[in-house]
Amino acid sequence: MIDWLLLLSNAAQEIISPTTAAYALAALGLAIHFGFTGLLNFGQAGFMALGAYGFAIATLTFGLPVWGAILFGIAASIVFALILGVPTLRLRADYLAIVTIAAAEILRLLLTTNQFEPVTGSANGLQGYKGGFAALNPIPDGQYGFGPWVYNAYDWWVRLFGWTLVVLAALITWRLMKSPWGRVIKGIREDEDAVRALGKNVYFYKMQSLVIGGVFGSLAGMIFILPRAVVPSNYQTSLTFFIYAILLLGGAATVLGPIVGSVIFWVLLSFFSGFVARAVEAGWLPFMSSVQAGQLRFILVGAAIMLIVIYRPQGIFGNKKELAFVK
Amino acid sequence: MSSSVGAQGAPIKSTGLHIGEPAPGVKKVDPIIVADGITRQFGGLMAVDVEHLEIPRGAITALIGPNGAGKTTLFNLLTGFDKPDSGTWTFDGESISGVPAFRVARKGQVRTFQLTKALGLLTVLDNMKLGAKGQSGESLSRAVFPWFWKKEEEAIEARAMELLARFKLDAKKDDYAASLSGGQRKLLEMARALMSEPTLVMLDEPMAGVNPALTQSLLDHILNLKIEGMTVLFVEHDMHMVRHIADWVVVMAEGKVVAEGDPHEVMANPAVIDAYLGSHHDQDLGDLDTAVVEAIKELADDDADDKQ
Ligand SMILES: Nc1ncnc2c1ncn2[C@@H]1O[C@H](COP(=O)(O)OP(=O)(O)OP(=O)(O)O)[C@@H](O)[C@H]1O
Ligand SMILES: [Mg+2]
Repeated sequence: MIDWLLLLSNAAQEIISPTTAAYALAALGLAIHFGFTGLLNFGQAGFMALGAYGFAIATLTFGLPVWGAILFGIAASIVFALILGVPTLRLRADYLAIVTIAAAEILRLLLTTNQFEPVTGSANGLQGYKGGFAALNPIPDGQYGFGPWVYNAYDWWVRLFGWTLVVLAALITWRLMKSPWGRVIKGIREDEDAVRALGKNVYFYKMQSLVIGGVFGSLAGMIFILPRAVVPSNYQTSLTFFIYAILLLGGAATVLGPIVGSVIFWVLLSFFSGFVARAVEAGWLPFMSSVQAGQLRFILVGAAIMLIVIYRPQGIFGNKKELAFVK
Repeated sequence: MSSSVGAQGAPIKSTGLHIGEPAPGVKKVDPIIVADGITRQFGGLMAVDVEHLEIPRGAITALIGPNGAGKTTLFNLLTGFDKPDSGTWTFDGESISGVPAFRVARKGQVRTFQLTKALGLLTVLDNMKLGAKGQSGESLSRAVFPWFWKKEEEAIEARAMELLARFKLDAKKDDYAASLSGGQRKLLEMARALMSEPTLVMLDEPMAGVNPALTQSLLDHILNLKIEGMTVLFVEHDMHMVRHIADWVVVMAEGKVVAEGDPHEVMANPAVIDAYLGSHHDQDLGDLDTAVVEAIKELADDDADDKQ
């Protein structure tokens, strides 16, 4: 028999999990790029990798304290944004897409290669960088929580830290998009030549947008590695596509959309994977091995997202009115 | 409106703009734009080849010419949206060759586009507010702190509403610009350009696709710009409109300025007829594009009207 309560409780854990927070923050960065500015960044996985590796390498190799490691990761993503943006942001939108997808892959391969093994740990990645972060934990040792959400002090600290970053980033984004700066940004999405004709330095604004969204991606990468190790294979192009899925699910030009989208994505993923695994065990799916079942969850999540996109194409928080005018 | 209208209901024309005989490249008394040796080639096609051109300040200048004459390309070059192969030009006595488009706009030379560029998923009011220059809230460091720019924003909104009322778009202020009709978008684009308080307004076919009922009010708006002290340079195919409001007409054909003069003289100029009909107009008119024939007939009719 299937233990439905366990399935639901596992799914409920995803609501506040640090991974959900990391994806939400990365999707928020992508909302700034794609949803608000119209920049096709297909390298968000690269920004996350830079945050993750930046933090870990700064801690392990350079011996920086936590705040220094965070700044190092942020700085790495800013440099990455500039490298991507300087040559491409003057060109047509699709060039950025090509360059970002390629750059993120190059970055991942550089992190995987044996050449830099002492620093990057190559395919095995890095661990042992959490000491400084754990030492900052203000929560006394012990188990806390209720229902499905019972965790130890470190796990709560990671969640507190991750979701605080998400909330701060959301507040900043919300403020920015309600400001005259946000008006210019949205104008650029609609027609950058029109905005240029009104005396705005479009290139500079696009660069600012790329940097802010990239920094959000980098911080997301840091949250992502706090409950696990740094492994290069986590930063494949598929990561970027999952984040796009989350963004479209929630609504591309919204602030709450990426956050709620991430929660829904992870709750669904957890529920389906739990369900499929149990169903195979229980013999409900005799034609399937448990390895195949592991893949099935992505198919089911894909189907669920397709349904949402078909029946609510503006995303959960998107404005229905906008759809009437999509070119 | 009354001050722009002469005794017989026609707008008062500015005269005495040029020095010497009107001819291509003639000197102006007070030019706002002076261009020299501008060329722009697309592949083998010389789209723009302007030896010398001056645009008079404080007047309404029409840039006319057949399709593909290079009018839009010249606009793009003068406003920094395209780079010429050669040439220099000044705006208000200051060289702006090679200056990027957004800087040109900041200096007070603002343009609209032949294919209207309304920012569809911004509201009409937001479109307008975007036009205002030098907003401190547009800098990233201040944007998150509304108290830096709240006052300024209110002033901008008041000005935007005033302009919208003038262009009869105030009832639409909260609608997406994408929901406007083609003519209303033209109006919005022009009103938005005015938000930046320009000294030179360059309009690329402001009347194209505008309902005749709106045409008159659009004409009045353009005449008003002159009264408010702005200079207007516009591209237009509608000869009636050109004759009605232009103080000066520049005719382009195949990239070159082929004639200049006040609207009445210029349309009698054989070079203009040549430009519109091609140099073979003495051959068979039957081969020609009927639209061109229509245009020429219009000119002839207008002249007949004038003589009465
Ligand atoms: N980006 C481009 N690439 C290649 N050729 C171009 C380009 N832009 C313009 N041209 C060519 O340059 C010539 C001038 O075009 P332009 O758009 O300036 O004409 P125009 O006078 O504005 O015509 P219309 O009255 O039809 O708007 C045309 O022959 C056109 O085909
Ligand atoms: Mg044109």
